[in-house]
Amino acid sequence: MTQPVNQTEIQKAILEQQSADNRKKMILNGVLLLLLLAAPFAMYPVFLMKILCFALFAVAFNLLFGFTGLLSFGHAAFLAAGGYTTGYLLSNFSGLTTELGIIAGTVAATVLGLGFALLSIRRQGIYFAMVTLALSQLVFFFLVQSEFTGGEDGMHGIPRGHLFGLVDLSDNYNLYYFVLAVFLGCYLLVQRIVSSPYGQVLKAIKQNEPRAISLGYNVNRYKVLAFVISAALAGLAGSLKSVVFQLASLNDAHWHMSGEVILMTLVGGMGTLLGPVVGATFVVNIEYQLSQGPLRDWVDPILGGIFVITVLAFRSGIVGEIQKFVKKNLG
Amino acid sequence: MSEQYVLETRNLVKEFKGFVAVDDVNLKIRKGHIHALIGPNGAGKTTVFNLLTKFLIPTRGQILFKGQDITPLKSAAIARRGIVRSFQISAVFPHMTALENIRVALQTSENNSYSFWKSGASLNKLNQRCMELLDSVGLAEFANTTTVELAYGRKRALELATTLAMEPELLLLDEPTQGMGGEDVDSVVELVRKAAKGRTVLMVEHNLGVVSKLCDRITVLAQGAVLTEGEYSEVSADPRVREVYMGTANDKATADRETAE
Repeated sequence: MTQPVNQTEIQKAILEQQSADNRKKMILNGVLLLLLLAAPFAMYPVFLMKILCFALFAVAFNLLFGFTGLLSFGHAAFLAAGGYTTGYLLSNFSGLTTELGIIAGTVAATVLGLGFALLSIRRQGIYFAMVTLALSQLVFFFLVQSEFTGGEDGMHGIPRGHLFGLVDLSDNYNLYYFVLAVFLGCYLLVQRIVSSPYGQVLKAIKQNEPRAISLGYNVNRYKVLAFVISAALAGLAGSLKSVVFQLASLNDAHWHMSGEVILMTLVGGMGTLLGPVVGATFVVNIEYQLSQGPLRDWVDPILGGIFVITVLAFRSGIVGEIQKFVKKNLG
Repeated sequence: MSEQYVLETRNLVKEFKGFVAVDDVNLKIRKGHIHALIGPNGAGKTTVFNLLTKFLIPTRGQILFKGQDITPLKSAAIARRGIVRSFQISAVFPHMTALENIRVALQTSENNSYSFWKSGASLNKLNQRCMELLDSVGLAEFANTTTVELAYGRKRALELATTLAMEPELLLLDEPTQGMGGEDVDSVVELVRKAAKGRTVLMVEHNLGVVSKLCDRITVLAQGAVLTEGEYSEVSADPRVREVYMGTANDKATADRETAE
């Protein structure tokens, strides 16, 4: 049926392709880095930081949705858990340096994520989405009702403080490069996770769960870990956001936010690394541009329309479609 | 006593809301045998498979693997003990390459499956073994092909290679030749024969030609219960087996006509 083939040569070819792929990844990462390093000289740093925070949030969400195949409809809870925890600590303990506040926020979101995961992971599909939505609504009502969160008003005037007690973060440029460093670190971490041995198992689970079970994988444990990492990074995004805007508001905990991150991921391209970054940039920009013009009351319907068009016509999103195009015409 | 049997079920029962899908099944699979499970559609063959691998939970009864009771174990744990199944519809990971499909199976024994911080290159040391397995099913040249692009017969071969990567002691094959043309069937028969060396195989199969060529022993299921068990010559001569395959006694005339054709 088949001619004898030289195994070593095939293996060599595979390794060569791997290093070619790695080179491509490095070049893309390099371009992204240069763009982001130069960006604050062309645009307002606070706006850029907003984009970076949402991009990190979407990257975190995509790890679970795009790479594990779990659609969580409660990720706003982690964004809020991070933001409120950091906000509360930095407002009330003046001795605390900013990075410690951010770490604490991330830890809070991680713990919350573990709780969510343990309660929801056995459910599939729509039921999983509904359980995560219900749990995140619980968090929302907790934040509305509690005293220390400022209830309906949220938390205002969160001090940005000093990084390591040294670098003054009230300077927008300093803060921008700090946020950028955190964002890039997380982006590279997710890149690493996706290609790691663990990432291979996630891929397998996403593509054929019964088969992964029959190969001896305890799939729920892998899913819980993915959920927890995703929640941690979402919480980190929230913590950064509360420092950038000096504000933690109920918007972050609202189910709208859970929907928005789905929109960002889908528009940018789920299951691609760059997709959520592009999607977040796109959505944040559209929202901003529209709110400046005569269409300011139409932001939600327009975003809704974009969502529908994406799902119907460009299912792989901006980055996904570009990848397809490149593969077809240049590869 | 139970040493010679790799797998035993004792009074295995599965009920779905009053409907008995598997009715008091006692199987004994001898070590080294290729054992076939046959029967008409709806006889409960796949349900038995799902019970053995705990994709379904038995209502009553016991499952013994090498004399040990494995009834309470979960699917993944059963796979790690050495009972690995294939599926009726080809079960591959469609958007991974053929090599990656096998590597995922090899990874189970590597203790790195939770290492999300390790680089993907740390898996390359498994490539050699992957290539050997791919070569053993004639797929070496497709190592770097995305599985979704492989022809159906090759997907099934890949699935078998992936299953073998687990080094199972007991191989459960659910209709390995389903949906295949003549040539492909022959090559699968060869593959199963090769794979069965030093292992025990339990297979569900519709194609009696395949069963007669491969299997040492046959259990016939009908309506969830064991109808008979024996070697191919005994089973195929049993009038009750003909009856469940061809229809009831009333339909006998039609059945005879069909066989005559």
